[in-house]
Amino acid sequence: MYVTRDISDTMTAVTAEQKPAVTAVQLTKRYGSRLVLNKLSLTVEWGEFLTVFGLNGSGKTTLIRILATLVKPTSGDLDVATFSAKGNPSNIRREVGVVTHQPLLYRDLTTRENLRFHGKMFAMNNIDLRIERVGDMLGIKSNMQIKVGTLSHGMQKRVAIARAIMHDPSILLLDEPETGLDRDGISMLKKIVAGERGIRTVIMTTHNLDYGLELATRATILSEGSIAYDKQMSAICKDEFREVYSRFTGATN
Amino acid sequence: MIVFWSTVGAILAKDLVLEFRNKETITSILSFSLLSLIVLNFALRPTPSLISVVAPGILWVAFTFSGILGLNRAFAVEEDQDAIQGLLLTPASREAIYLGKMLGCLLFMLVAEIILLPIFAVLFDMAPFKPMLMVVMFMATLGFASVGTLFSALAMNTKSREIMLPMLFIPIVVPIIIAAVVGTDLAFKGGGWQEISKWIQLMLVFDLIAVVFCAFGFDYVAED
Repeated sequence: MYVTRDISDTMTAVTAEQKPAVTAVQLTKRYGSRLVLNKLSLTVEWGEFLTVFGLNGSGKTTLIRILATLVKPTSGDLDVATFSAKGNPSNIRREVGVVTHQPLLYRDLTTRENLRFHGKMFAMNNIDLRIERVGDMLGIKSNMQIKVGTLSHGMQKRVAIARAIMHDPSILLLDEPETGLDRDGISMLKKIVAGERGIRTVIMTTHNLDYGLELATRATILSEGSIAYDKQMSAICKDEFREVYSRFTGATN
Repeated sequence: MIVFWSTVGAILAKDLVLEFRNKETITSILSFSLLSLIVLNFALRPTPSLISVVAPGILWVAFTFSGILGLNRAFAVEEDQDAIQGLLLTPASREAIYLGKMLGCLLFMLVAEIILLPIFAVLFDMAPFKPMLMVVMFMATLGFASVGTLFSALAMNTKSREIMLPMLFIPIVVPIIIAAVVGTDLAFKGGGWQEISKWIQLMLVFDLIAVVFCAFGFDYVAED
C-alpha cells in the first residue's frame, strides 16, 4: 500500500540516522580549466527549506546537478539522504526528486504516459494509484490524456513537479523552477512548492528574491562557486538581505 | 534482474510509441537509403556482371549512411525538453538505459532494411531474400546499433552532432562493414554456412565486445 510521506517519516529518519539530509564537504567541480564550485561545504538538516541565491555562473545549477548525482564532483565528499555519492548513486536517486527549468518530459507522450514511464523507471508499485494522487495534488487530472507538448508552460511545470514527487522522495531539488513562468505561473508554483515545505527537505535555487525568501527557512548566497552567505530565515531581515545580495552579486532584484 | 529487463522493456516500449507517433527515425532511414539506391542505380548503370561485383557494397553504403541518420535521431528525442536528464535522474541502471535505447535503434534499422530489400531487388535485379543474408544483416546491424547508440549519446552533447557521429562511429565499425560486405557477397553467390561462418563469427565477436563495452561505457558518456 502506498503511504504518503509526512513530517513524522522525516523525523523518524533523523532520529534513526542522526545524519543530515545533505552533507557536502569541500566540493570542487572543474570543467577543464574553469572552476565552477570551489571547496564548497554545506550541511542541510532534514525538513529544512534552503534557498540558494546567486548570479548566473555562480555554480547553483552545478550544485543541484551534483546533489542529484547527474554530475560527479572533481573532488570532495558528498552524502545525500545518508548515502555516499561515491557508493551507489542509485540509492540517492531513489530519495531525490528534481525539478529544473526544463520539464524533463517527452513531448509526444501524454501526461499519464510520461508519469507511468517514470514510475516504471523507479520500479514503483501502485503506479496508477500514485499517478492519481499526484494528479489530484497538482490539479493535472484533466490533462492526463493530453500530450505534454501541447500543454501550457505552467501546466508542463505541474507535470514536471508531479514527476519529481511521484516516487515520494525525501529531498526535493528545485533548480530555478520559476524560469519561463509568468506572474500567475509563479504564484501557482509558489503554492505548490509551499505545500512541500515541512514534508520534504527542499533545496531550491532562484534569482527571484521575493519568491525565494518567502518560501525558505534558510537562505544562502553562492558566489564564484563558494557559499558567501548562509543564515536561517529567523535571523534574516529581508531588507538587509537585499543589501547583502547586492553586495555579493552586484545585482538588484 | 527482473527490474533490469523491465527497465529495458519500458525504454524500448517508450521509444516504439514515440516512433509510432512521429515516425521520424524509420522515415529518415528509409528515405535516405532509398535515395542512395536510386542515385547509385542511375550513376553506375549496372550491367549484370557489374551488379555481381558492386551490389553488396551498394547495399551496405546505403544501410551504413542511413543508419547514421537513424542513430542521430535516437537521442534527439531524448534531448528535446532535456528528457535524457529525467531518465538519468532515475535509479535505473545505465546499462539498462543503454540496452533499451540500443534495442530500439536495432529494431528501427532492421525494419528499414527489411523494407528496402525488395526495392533493392527491383532496382538491381537481384534475389536478395536468402537466409544467410538475413543472418549477416542482423549481425552487422547489431554491431552498428551497439556502437552507434553509445556514440550517438556521446555526440548528443556536441554542437555538430551530425558530423561528429559519423566521424567517431565509422572508423570503429570498419571491421563490421568489411565482414558485412564480404558476407553479403558470399550470400548473393549462394554461399553456405561453411563459407560465410568465419565472417559471421567475426561479427559475433565484435557484437559481443561492443555490447558489453558500450553498456559499461554508457555511464561515463551519460555524464556531462
